[in-house]
Order: sequence, then structure tokens, then C-alpha cells
Amino acid sequence: MNTTWRIKNGRIIDPTSNTDHIGDLLIIDGCIAGPDQVAPPEVPEIDASGCWVVPGLTDMHVHLREPGAEYKEDILSGTRAAVAGGFTGVACMPNTSPVNDCMAVTVMILARAGQAAARVYPVGAISKGIEGHQLAELGEMKAAGVVAVSDDGHPVRDSQLMRRALEYAGDFGLMVISHSEESALSSGVMNEGAMSTRLGLKGIPTAAESIMVYRDIALAEFTGKKVHIAHVSTAMSIELIRSAKARGVQVTAETAPHYFTLTDEAVAGYDTNTKMNPPLRSAADREAIRLALADGTLDAIATDHAPHSILEKETEFDTAANGIIGLETALPLALVLVRDKVIDEKQLVKLMAVNPATILGIPAGTLCSGAAADVTIIDPKREFLYTEDEVVSKSRNTPFLGWQLQGRAVLTMVGGELRYSLLT
Amino acid sequence: MATGYYFPHRHILGIEQLSKEDISYILGTADSFKEISDRPIKKVPTLRGHTIINLFFEPSTRTRLSFEVAAKRMSADTFNISASTSSTTKGETLVDTAKNISAMHPDIIIIRHSSSGAPNLLSRYVKAAVINAGDGAHEHPSQGLLDLMTVKEHRGTLSGLKVAIIGDIAHSRVAHSDIVGFTKMGSEVHVYGPSTLIPKDINQLGAVVCTSLEQAVQDADVVMTLRIQRERQNDPLLPSLREYSRRFGISRSVLTLARPDALVMHPGPVNRGVELNPDVADGPQSVILDQVTNGVAVRMALLYLVMGNT
Repeated sequence: MNTTWRIKNGRIIDPTSNTDHIGDLLIIDGCIAGPDQVAPPEVPEIDASGCWVVPGLTDMHVHLREPGAEYKEDILSGTRAAVAGGFTGVACMPNTSPVNDCMAVTVMILARAGQAAARVYPVGAISKGIEGHQLAELGEMKAAGVVAVSDDGHPVRDSQLMRRALEYAGDFGLMVISHSEESALSSGVMNEGAMSTRLGLKGIPTAAESIMVYRDIALAEFTGKKVHIAHVSTAMSIELIRSAKARGVQVTAETAPHYFTLTDEAVAGYDTNTKMNPPLRSAADREAIRLALADGTLDAIATDHAPHSILEKETEFDTAANGIIGLETALPLALVLVRDKVIDEKQLVKLMAVNPATILGIPAGTLCSGAAADVTIIDPKREFLYTEDEVVSKSRNTPFLGWQLQGRAVLTMVGGELRYSLLT
Repeated sequence: MATGYYFPHRHILGIEQLSKEDISYILGTADSFKEISDRPIKKVPTLRGHTIINLFFEPSTRTRLSFEVAAKRMSADTFNISASTSSTTKGETLVDTAKNISAMHPDIIIIRHSSSGAPNLLSRYVKAAVINAGDGAHEHPSQGLLDLMTVKEHRGTLSGLKVAIIGDIAHSRVAHSDIVGFTKMGSEVHVYGPSTLIPKDINQLGAVVCTSLEQAVQDADVVMTLRIQRERQNDPLLPSLREYSRRFGISRSVLTLARPDALVMHPGPVNRGVELNPDVADGPQSVILDQVTNGVAVRMALLYLVMGNT
């Protein structure tokens, strides 16, 4: 497959080299070419006029469901959805069946990832079986290729285990990603407030998240280790993260597009595609999240892509599974923030490409010469109606079906190979 | 009622979807049907040949009986399915059940379910009209309507009244439907109970949250109490029913704070001696049995009106 290209006339935006200009990007043998490298004769050209050429996006929080729930998604289908959404890499959470809590499962995932459309970065479990009792073999999994550890889907309830995980994972340079939730408070099914009262649905207070965010910050601060907070949904969590960062705690955090796009008002019709954990929050929480994306309190946009079939979603709201797919809508929804002048283009690239790579310590998120040519071309004006026919993922559980969206990835390249293109 | 009005609802999912005009029309229709239950032959042919299915996923004695009596007085054919006899215990989903029942061409499905929103889900998968007979902590519209009918009967109006609702507001679909219904009709609803039983932001539904029992009951036209449970799914809501009855129960002396002709109401079944002292429950101001009688009339009206829109 050809891996040498000239991407012409695009607006090249690369925060790692402080680049933002219209020009050509030369790719030779799968790598970004240096200034003194000469293009071979008759290099294939891609016309990126009117588009942005940015480092390939990384989604640091997805559920690919393989092994164990391949009827919802698998590594191949999930990564096809990823490249269709402009992502050249995804970090997949370990709550599969079996759980990715040992070397053998990590090796299996990476073997399957060899045929995948995007790069796959496995996240290992913190505890064996994600049961919250015993540390998993983090060192072995690191050697096999995990980039971080998390019990995502469940909180680490035992604070001592969390402390030990931060300390021990740090020895191997592994980031600990925390699903911060106080489960004694979170037996509900949506945000607790006027809407849960109106709908008669059991609520989850914002405190259920914020209490645990503070615990994790306190542990990171005390141990001097790093922690990353997944799917932040509340204004209070953001206040805690902002003040922790100000005093030098090594904490980073992500939010998901649904938290900066929707509020709990979306639950009004009992649509189970508005059920996720943490739940959609209030307008004030959404506003705080938008501001935190702008000022850098939140480091990354990650989708928490959580495919479910109609078996789990075509049911009563109480019994429906949590989560929505997100890989294909994340970029269009983030581009709304750019159009609304909440963030600028450079900040968008930081949130979706540069910072996730930095947090995970992976060689991605840059267009510096010599880097692997993971490149996303975005047409910020291209409009499309997001319908079931449009969905690339195996699952259809998204509240954004029927939305008219503006701006999307029109070409995704991994290591110089074309993996997705809407360009002729 | 203004000429040209027609009842616009195919399903009765909650009082929230009903306008003031709809509610008045339902109450007027119920009033005209009430007399049928006083006849020696308590049957009219209005719904002859219509099939009504009572689909009850939660135990219920009085609501199910009330719907069944209402349907039979209108000559409909009724069938009861309760959770223990339905296929849900065999792993069939609500949507499967709905599609199967729908394939038998019923005209009306009356559903009670422990999950809020289950009637909304059902209504998306069946051709029949759906009537919510109580879903989770969401709504119990026929109960709300019979409460409105009972108060209107005794007071002549639903406007400008003070309605006090005391007890477990958080888990009560009746309280929810009553708050929405009485507020729509122009009354003011005051709620009171231990804070563990007051749901967040209930004031945004139009209720006034009181800080004492006395404040709630003072000059009330209606004093409604709700059934109390001490604990739900390991959620410690109250230390004891004994303490509840002393601190939050309605006794004769508390009732003297209300208007002398205040109505005492309860959706039943009453925990005698807990939320209501027996002498209040059976006292001269109690209209609890009128509520039951009006329940049949309101349900006849609902069955009739949704059939007019198929």
C-alpha cells in the first residue's frame, strides 16, 4: 500500500510545532517528511483545499467489546468507526470478558489489532477481574503493551487499593485512569434534579462523582503520583481538578462530547440512548465543562464509546444498559465548540490529538518531521445527516441519530496508509 | 365545554400531558357516568365488542379492580395479566410482550409497572390505546383525576384551594400526579414530610415545600396523606414508623389547624396509626371512600374517551 503523499493546500494545524498555516504536507514512506527531504517524482497528491490537516486524533477512552461481546462491537468494527470519526488511535478499556487483567488477554487484543483500521492501545485492569480486591499484574501487562490501567465501568471503592495502584503503576510509568464514582450514592439511573423528579426516575447526585474525584486527587497528591480522571461530568469535579492543578498535583482529566452537548433535559422521553454513567447533568454543569475545555482544566475529549445492542437498550429505562457510541460524532460535536468560539482550532487539536497522546505516553499527536504519518483531514464545513445508514459501528445506541451535523473528518491516514476517505 | 372541543389524546400516560381543558372534560364525562353505578342494572353497551387488557407488572388490588369494574360496566371484554403469569419471568422483554399482545388486536392496554416510563415505551410498540395505571415513581393519572373529581364534588371548584400533601412525596406517583393536576387546575399544593422523602427540586413541579407540619396543614382545604414505607432497597429513609407517626402523622389536633370543612384524603391502602390516626381516617372529614367510588367513574370516562380517538 502506498505510504507517500503530498497533502496540498490544507490548513496545517499542529500545536506541537506551533504550526498554523496553509500549505503542503509531504509524507514519505509513512513518515512526516523533514524540510530538507525531497518529494519523489509523481508523488500522489491529496487536495485538502478548505480543510484542516491535523495530527491524527486519539480517543483515549473506548470500549471495543472484544473479547466477549462481539455482537456489540469488535476490534475491527470499532476501529473502522474510529477512522470514520477521524481517530487514528484508540485506547480500549479492559472491562471485556475475560477482563484484560493479564498478559495473555493483552497479547490477544494486540494480535487482533494488527488487522485493525486504527492503532489500538489496550488499557489493563487495575484489579484482577475488575473486582476491586487484588492488584492485577501491572508490570506484566505493561511489558505486553498496555498504555495505562483502569477499572473503568466500576470505581475502585477501596481507597487503600487505589493508593497502592497509584504507587505501583507509577513504577512502570503507567497512568492510572480513575472511574470516579461513590457507588453508595449512585444507585440511580439519571442525574438527580428537577428532571429526575419529573420523570420519577431515581437520581444520581453530582456528589457521587465529586466525592471520588476528591479522593483520587488527595491520593495522587499524597503519593506524588499521577492520576487521570475519566468522563468528568460535574461542575464541582472541575473546581476540584482546577484547584488541584493550581497547587501542582499531577492530575489530568477528560470529558465526553455528550457532557458538553446535552443536559438531563434530553432524558425527557425516556430514550434509553440518553442513559449513561455518569449521567447527563444540568445546564450549569455543561457550562462549567465547556469553560474547563477552554481553560485547560480538562485536558482531553474522549468518547467513552460504549456500544450496546437493542437487547440492552430497547427496554425500560431502569433496566437499560449505560452508555452510547461516540467515535463518529465526537469531532462534529467538538467542532460546535469551535464555531461557538468556546475553544479555537488549536485547542481542539490539543484536546483530541496532542493531550491524549501525551497523557498515555504514546508517540502520536504530532506532525513533526520523522513522526509516523497519522493524519486527519477535517472539512469544518461539510454537513451531513447522521442516520442509522451512516453509522459504521456495529451498534446504533446514540442520541444523535437524526442530528444535522456540520464538520467531519474527510480523510484518515495511519502510518501513511489511507484508512478512510470521503475525498475523490 | 366550548363547542368544537374534542379529546385529543390517544394514550393516557400522565397528567403532565393533559391540558386544563382536557382535565375538565374528563371530569365532566366522569360525572355523567357516575350515575350508571347507582342503577340496578349497572351496565351500558358503550364499549361492547372492545377488548381491554389489564397488564399488571406490580401487585394491585384496588386499581386493577376499579379498572375492571369500569370496563365491565361499559360492556367491554377484559383480560388480566399479572407479572406472575406473564412471560417476563421467562425472560421475555416488555417490548416482546407488547408486540405479542398487540398481535391479538386489543383496543386498550392498561399497564402498571415498577419502572417509570414503561407505559411510554409500551405505547411506542402497540396499536392499542395505552392507559398508565401507575409507573414507578412517575405518574398515576387515573388516581390524580379521581382525586380532582372528589375535591371538585365537595368544593364545587378546583381553583384557589390549598392542598396539603403529607408524607413520602419522593416515591409517590400519586403525589406527582396530584401536584401536577391540582396546580394545573389553579390550586396551590403544599408538600411536607421528612427531608429523606422530599425529592430534589420538587418546587419546580409547582409544589410549595413546607418546613413544618403545622405550616402545611394551616388553613388547608384538602389534607392528603400518603402510605409510608420505612426502608426501600437498603436506603435508610426513616428510623421508625413509631417516630414517623408522632412527628409526621395526621392526628385530630393537627387537623384542627386546617379549615373546619377540610377534606381528608388518602390514595390507600392506609397504614392506620402511621400516616393517619384511625379517628381521622374514619372521621367525618374523610372522603377516602368517595375517592374509591369516583375512581370507577373516572376510569369509565378514560376508557370511553381514548376509544373515541382510535
